[in-house]
Amino acid sequence: MKGTIFEHSRQGKRGPELPALDVPAVDPASALGPEAALRKGPIGLPEVTENEVMRHYVTVSVRNYHLERGMYPLGSCTMKYNPKLHETLARLPGLCGLHPSLPDHAVQGTLEIMHRLGEALCEITGFEAVTLQPAAGAQGELTGLLLIRSYHVENGQDERREILMPDSAHGTNPASCALAGMHVINVGSNERGEVDVEDLASKVGPRTAGLMLTNPNTLGIFESRIEEIAAVVHGAGGLVYMDGANMNALMGIARPGDMGFDVCHLNLHKTFSTPHGGGGPGSGPVACIPGLAPFLPGPCVRRREDGSYELAERATGIGRMLAWHGQIGVLYKAWAYIRSLGAEGLREVSENAVLNANYLRARLRERFELPYAVEGRHCMHEFVLSGDRQAARGVKTLDMAKRLLDYGLHAPTVYFPLIVHEALMVEPTETESLESLDAFVEAMLSIAREVDEEPGLVTDAPVNTPVLRLDEVRAARDLDVVLTVEAERLAREEAGGEAG
Amino acid sequence: MGSYIPNGPAERDRMLRAIGVGSIEDLLASVPSSCRSCRLEDALRMLPPASELEVTREFERAASLNSGAETVCFAGGGAYDHFIPAAVDHVLSRSEFYTAYTPYQAEASQGTLQCIYEFQTMIARLTGMDVANASMYDGASSVAEAALVAMRSSRGSSRVLVAGSLNPRWLEVLRTYMMHGSGFELCEVPFDESGRLDTAALLELAGGSLAALVVQQPNYFGVIEDLSGLSETCHQAGGMLIVAADPVAMAMLEPPGACGADLVAGEGQSMGMPMCYGGPWAGFMAARRDLIRKLPGRIIGATVDRAGQRGYVMTLQTREQHIRREKATSNICTNQALMALATSVYLSLMGETGFREVALHCFQKSHYLCSGMTGLDGVSMVFPDSPFFREFVVELPIPAEAAVDRLLEQGYLAGIPVPGLGSGALLMTATEKRTRAEIDALVAAFGELIAEGGDTR
Amino acid sequence: MATVPADLRFTETHEWARLAKGELTMGITDYAQEEMGEIVMVELPEAEARVRKGEAIGSIEAVKTAEDFYSPVDGKVLRVNEKLQSSPELVNQSPYEQGWLVVIVPEDEKSFEQLLTPEQYKQHLGE
Repeated sequence: MKGTIFEHSRQGKRGPELPALDVPAVDPASALGPEAALRKGPIGLPEVTENEVMRHYVTVSVRNYHLERGMYPLGSCTMKYNPKLHETLARLPGLCGLHPSLPDHAVQGTLEIMHRLGEALCEITGFEAVTLQPAAGAQGELTGLLLIRSYHVENGQDERREILMPDSAHGTNPASCALAGMHVINVGSNERGEVDVEDLASKVGPRTAGLMLTNPNTLGIFESRIEEIAAVVHGAGGLVYMDGANMNALMGIARPGDMGFDVCHLNLHKTFSTPHGGGGPGSGPVACIPGLAPFLPGPCVRRREDGSYELAERATGIGRMLAWHGQIGVLYKAWAYIRSLGAEGLREVSENAVLNANYLRARLRERFELPYAVEGRHCMHEFVLSGDRQAARGVKTLDMAKRLLDYGLHAPTVYFPLIVHEALMVEPTETESLESLDAFVEAMLSIAREVDEEPGLVTDAPVNTPVLRLDEVRAARDLDVVLTVEAERLAREEAGGEAG
Repeated sequence: MGSYIPNGPAERDRMLRAIGVGSIEDLLASVPSSCRSCRLEDALRMLPPASELEVTREFERAASLNSGAETVCFAGGGAYDHFIPAAVDHVLSRSEFYTAYTPYQAEASQGTLQCIYEFQTMIARLTGMDVANASMYDGASSVAEAALVAMRSSRGSSRVLVAGSLNPRWLEVLRTYMMHGSGFELCEVPFDESGRLDTAALLELAGGSLAALVVQQPNYFGVIEDLSGLSETCHQAGGMLIVAADPVAMAMLEPPGACGADLVAGEGQSMGMPMCYGGPWAGFMAARRDLIRKLPGRIIGATVDRAGQRGYVMTLQTREQHIRREKATSNICTNQALMALATSVYLSLMGETGFREVALHCFQKSHYLCSGMTGLDGVSMVFPDSPFFREFVVELPIPAEAAVDRLLEQGYLAGIPVPGLGSGALLMTATEKRTRAEIDALVAAFGELIAEGGDTR
Repeated sequence: MATVPADLRFTETHEWARLAKGELTMGITDYAQEEMGEIVMVELPEAEARVRKGEAIGSIEAVKTAEDFYSPVDGKVLRVNEKLQSSPELVNQSPYEQGWLVVIVPEDEKSFEQLLTPEQYKQHLGE
């Protein structure tokens, strides 16, 4: 209980009060009748003052690393700066005070933003139709796969249930396949770190539903044979899905729709700068070719001829993904971002994301293994190093990641993709300055020196964080995922008199 | 404008030299020219960059077009206009929380981790269950994933029963999640004339065996279901009882955990989140202890560090997609962490007393609204003998849809039509935010409208 | 170096098997437990379950990995090591004795002979 909000709880304390009840009271017990059971005993919520609530959450909050303290070089996560403007706009009472059942004519401002955002996402991806409903990337994947599945069923090809994907795929890809009732067929990667097209060609067939591919892939490499890959899958009657997690490399440079993809999801909380919130909310809109549009979940926003907007149901759609219309608050922020930057700005974002990544790659490769390197080829917005050289000296990638925390930085994504040993996946994003990139390089090179000279510093890390390395084995074996009322009572008894 | 890019031409040149190329274009050589966007430039050229002031003006204009934001809200149906203490947003606006990444690096994420542990604790206590996860996308997807947990645990049965009185949008999401699943069949259990689950029909449908029964408490019509006995029925048929629960109701009514529920799922919007036209909110999921390894999504656990001091980590990660891939318990990765934080802060601020008061006020004001409405000529309760908590369906003598439209002009969102119960059926609620004056005025407005004969023009 | 007892038989998926009085006891090898790291959970099949050679019959979880284990033979599950529910670390501490997983009654005892010999398994590990 120590350190939790429950520690401050004392009977009778409370925060903000409600106005006095101004309607005649009914006795719940008699109104609900004898069979309706009322809650017996307390819920067990804390009893604290507002001051204590603020102190508690502020005290706890500073135990977090966050974007406004420093860089997050997390590959695949696109942790870019979150403009303050977006936070203010999304909280305008006229935008966030809307009950979701309001008729269309009462929410024209919000529908217009949704419509313009949808159109912009179609332009950026090169697709014709979009749904803004999916709550996050993984739900976008499920949506996209259900579109593919529905398309084949509609065409009388129920047997097409195999989704091909490279061995470097994000974990959500196979998990989404399983949820959509599809089977995963792994495709190998070649020595260039790209899809092995020959292996792919040998695996497509009459059971192929489609291919799921991240481009640039999870090694940060653009699939240079993408058009050929799409042709192979299309030739076998399958469709091609793009995991849009890495769209930050491509805006204004290349569009999935022009490369041969049929459908993709976007992560607004990555590419379009909406904050991660410590793990969510995200938003995962799905854009697609006209042939898949009839299956999109409804309702979707449509512009009427008179210029007003409406939510239109789709009789042929796969059905809802969420109870209402999507993560609207997140959509507002993404639209504010696109609107601020414009077409030109979005292209600059991707160009600078690629530049920053290549700069780090050039400076780090002398001390770290760079697998799948091809002479003269550059990376896109991220790259993957291997900690093999350091592992040979008994220091694992995990140790180096923890050591970075001691340097006041966040660690890169580690142990992903699975095709790289001791992987360190680095994505700086365009919003890091040269100074902050250099600071990251200096920290990485310094850790590489420590591995050679004083490895204990690295294997004992972190030591400058609010807690030292945590015992994950104990957490999994002796599960403690809620503070039980019993545990709280015992702790109170133990604390004894001091509780007062 | 400026794309939030800090580097200027001088820095870019230095970086290009360090890489050993002449231009950014050289870095993009691996993108085949046939893939390079030509149309994008044209298409998005219509969209020039805009300054902070211009973007603000555009958003303010959009906000002013949302006439619905000014309305006095009597609609529920899974989204409620509750009081949110000012301090909630102050906590959520801290950069430490909202700009942080998912807490995979536990030592640098103790703030988020501890808050989610406290969220899990509050959800478990509220639902009366042993354990809870770190949040789901929303109530609907949480119910759908709870059904998937039961399906995966099912031995032999391929049937999921769902109460016909479940929120229809939630039912749709459940259908979507099950549409191409592994051959499970979804059967609706009808409700009887009291608006409750038809137990005779349930017993018949549960006859052979079932994987799960999903029932909402209170149900979509606001009616309080009798949960006693349901868990026995489910367990005897080899299935699980899943309760989709209103968190505010659980402050007053016996929680599902006390009625033998195996899984409890629901929507947390009532606890500190603005309605925001439907999201972002936070689904919650709580369960019996022995189901914890089958739950979807993130779970935070307490442990100790090398020095023996308490700390928190993401635990049981082997259930999750990034490790177990196609065998994971769900594909969910990003969840609603910040909204879960809103819930914790809200429940801490309101506290035991305040949150129970919220429930009581919702109950009282809805009952006052109900007596006002049923006092009008020609208005009756659709389920007059069934106790309700905070929502109820009235039968109007005029079409409900048209009535909602007409009252909107007067500044009221009067409720949600329920066409399935008749063209005059309207689902209504009054939260603790509604004043007696507002309720009286709405009832009076209804009175006039009905007297006019519900002219819909 | 991982130990490979001379009196056992093995599979390519790193299970070991011991046959006595018509009962085949199986577990995962010392090499496998070392690769996985500290084991936090063992999921075992139900008694009486029919199993097929090569079929996944349970799983073993560490903090960041989870692996299925496979039946070495066709047969029926006789009993499982209930102690592992509360003490999964026995698989780490004593993979060939206390940390056994399942006892299977093989349909055909000769199938035991078809498993890898210690020498063959050592060779397999060497590759």
